[in-house]
Amino acid sequence: MKIALLTDLHANREALEAVLRHAAAEHVQRFALLGDFVGYGADPAWVVDRARAMANDGAIIVQGNHDEAVVRGSRPSMRIDARHSIDWTRGHLDAEQLAFLAALPLSHHEGALLYVHANAWDPPKWSYIETRHDAVRSLHATECRYTFCGHMHEPMLYHLSGTGKAGEFKPTPDVAIPLPPHRQWLVIPGSVGQPRDNNPAACYAVFDAAEAQLTYHRVAYDHATTAAKVRAAGLPQDLADRLHDGI
Amino acid sequence: MASDETVDTPGAAASPPPTGGLEVGRVVDGFRLEERVHQGGMANLWRVSHPQHDEPLLMKVPRLRPGEDPATIVGFEVEQMILPTLSGPHVPRFVARGDFTHQPYIVMERIGGDNLAPRADDAPLALDEVTELGARIAAAIHDLHRQHVVHLDIKPENVLLRGDGTAVLVDFGLSRHDALPDLLDEEFKQPMGSWPYIAPEQVQFVRSDPRSDLFALGVMLYQFTTGELPFGEPRSMRALRRRLHVDPPPPRALRADCPPWLQELILKSLEVDPARRWQTAAHLAIALEDPRQLPLTARAQRSAARGLMARLRRRYFNLGQPSRAPVPRGARVQMVKSPIILAAVDISEPAADLAAQVREMVRRIVITEAGARLACVSVLKTGLLTLDDYEDAQGANRQVRHLAALKHWARPISKQLNLDEGRLTFHVLESSDPAAALIEFAQRNGIDQIVMGARAHGAVRRYLGSVSSQVVAQAPCTVTVVRA
Repeated sequence: MKIALLTDLHANREALEAVLRHAAAEHVQRFALLGDFVGYGADPAWVVDRARAMANDGAIIVQGNHDEAVVRGSRPSMRIDARHSIDWTRGHLDAEQLAFLAALPLSHHEGALLYVHANAWDPPKWSYIETRHDAVRSLHATECRYTFCGHMHEPMLYHLSGTGKAGEFKPTPDVAIPLPPHRQWLVIPGSVGQPRDNNPAACYAVFDAAEAQLTYHRVAYDHATTAAKVRAAGLPQDLADRLHDGI
Repeated sequence: MASDETVDTPGAAASPPPTGGLEVGRVVDGFRLEERVHQGGMANLWRVSHPQHDEPLLMKVPRLRPGEDPATIVGFEVEQMILPTLSGPHVPRFVARGDFTHQPYIVMERIGGDNLAPRADDAPLALDEVTELGARIAAAIHDLHRQHVVHLDIKPENVLLRGDGTAVLVDFGLSRHDALPDLLDEEFKQPMGSWPYIAPEQVQFVRSDPRSDLFALGVMLYQFTTGELPFGEPRSMRALRRRLHVDPPPPRALRADCPPWLQELILKSLEVDPARRWQTAAHLAIALEDPRQLPLTARAQRSAARGLMARLRRRYFNLGQPSRAPVPRGARVQMVKSPIILAAVDISEPAADLAAQVREMVRRIVITEAGARLACVSVLKTGLLTLDDYEDAQGANRQVRHLAALKHWARPISKQLNLDEGRLTFHVLESSDPAAALIEFAQRNGIDQIVMGARAHGAVRRYLGSVSSQVVAQAPCTVTVVRA
């Protein structure tokens, strides 16, 4: 069973389409969508509809912090541009789409596999996994051998041995990495819709459960079109600019 | 997961070790255990058979006992991770693996030949054998580095020779793959590897420099040449660290008939600073192709280990070394940054224009990479019939003339690009089939790119054109064809 891991789509239609084409060519059999379908980008309705269709076809799906924020609506305490972005996104989603996002679970657990947007120790608090220490904290919080997370936009892989030794690894795209089950693994595929490692290509990963093998991919897409849409929507200029450089 | 916990938790003595019960006749995942051929500290080796495999097979089973050194287990994991990514004649072919939740094992091709430990025991060896082994092992190491892997435990026990003499590297338990997680990173408190052979940077826990393998090869060549280990057999960290600041006795002090070029080659491999060693295994191999061309430095003349002042100086300079040294770039990048460019030169008079254009193309290529080496090659076409003595003498003269012409051809760029220090070599090949000779040379020496001319028109083009098109079609590397 090959599972495509997609996260932090951020209303980026062009990136999602490119990743789905790539995944089809990889003969992926199932999808896992790890949250943050909206926010930043100009195509929230299209991306939410697509996610809903994929969920109906059996995709695993969890909620991200941006999805939650859009469901709740902006608060006066938020920064002005965050408030603007949330209001704009809410204005482009209908009641049904908002209800779909509101109903998403915070995590999904299937055998040895855990899917969660931010971390395993306290999903609703949305703390980031930024260091090896954070990764170990998350791995200690679950019995699962494999945790798949979003939230961090840069691809990363952490592992923990039974003797308590942890390691981290910045993956090389398109190289199959064996993930033997006697270790615990924490997989961060990187963002589909807003990559931030100075490479504008969309990130995702494929986990081959039968072979216990993981492959990270980078997929080039037409980010100029995406950026033009962001500008046309009147969203903050830097949300368009950063797609060009992947920052 | 019960047996899994046994594997990873030292002291979990309650569960039986998963290696228990292996005996002749037992079948594991279709592999029948025929004979235990080796019992080692880290693993047992079994000769196994399988109805779907005709070739001789070997099963490696880690020795897992409660409280066992975790290096055994992690090293086995590392080998299970890396061996399946490798291919080619210089590694045993991977067949199957079993995971830790049932019975951990690796099944691989069983290499017929012996390892080099007995040869090391017999050292000093004949000089011809030393250089022959050096070239063969260098070819194997180069092929491994090409596949993104630094071995990090090169020693006579881990090098086998196939029936045809091809060197095969085994035991990837301490190896490092450029593009896979390093499970051994920060795992252990002591430097890993076989202490007589490991490089100074390995003593300092660097695990990503392919030039570490060339240091180990240097130790082996020293041992084959002199019968001694250059740094002895250290038993303490203090003794192990000596190689950071103490020179080994030069080989010629231990063996009078060791030629200066061999001492140069060995001591260059044993430099403390990786940047002063051979930069790739192919660079070392091509030096062995014609060792008399090797530029000799003070290393070749050294007659005794350097004195106290030199040691103190080195000690002083090496103090800050880990921070001073740039982060190693990994096997593959180091290779890409140190390519060998082969210029195939037709030095005959009518081809002068074309030869000049080939030279210009070579200049553009070599100038882009500071670590690039240039091998200038000319093929002396011979007849198919055996030469008699007269023709043989003529042939030797032609060799010398060709070599002189080749050097003359290279002169403008060798000065301009400052191609000294052995970054430039010259080779005159003799063959009735120039294309085949070039292809074979490129194969043997790990050439990265061939630059050669093809004539634009005329009767000769049909002949020479066919040389370049044959090379383009069959060479194992990039080929750039220059048109006049």
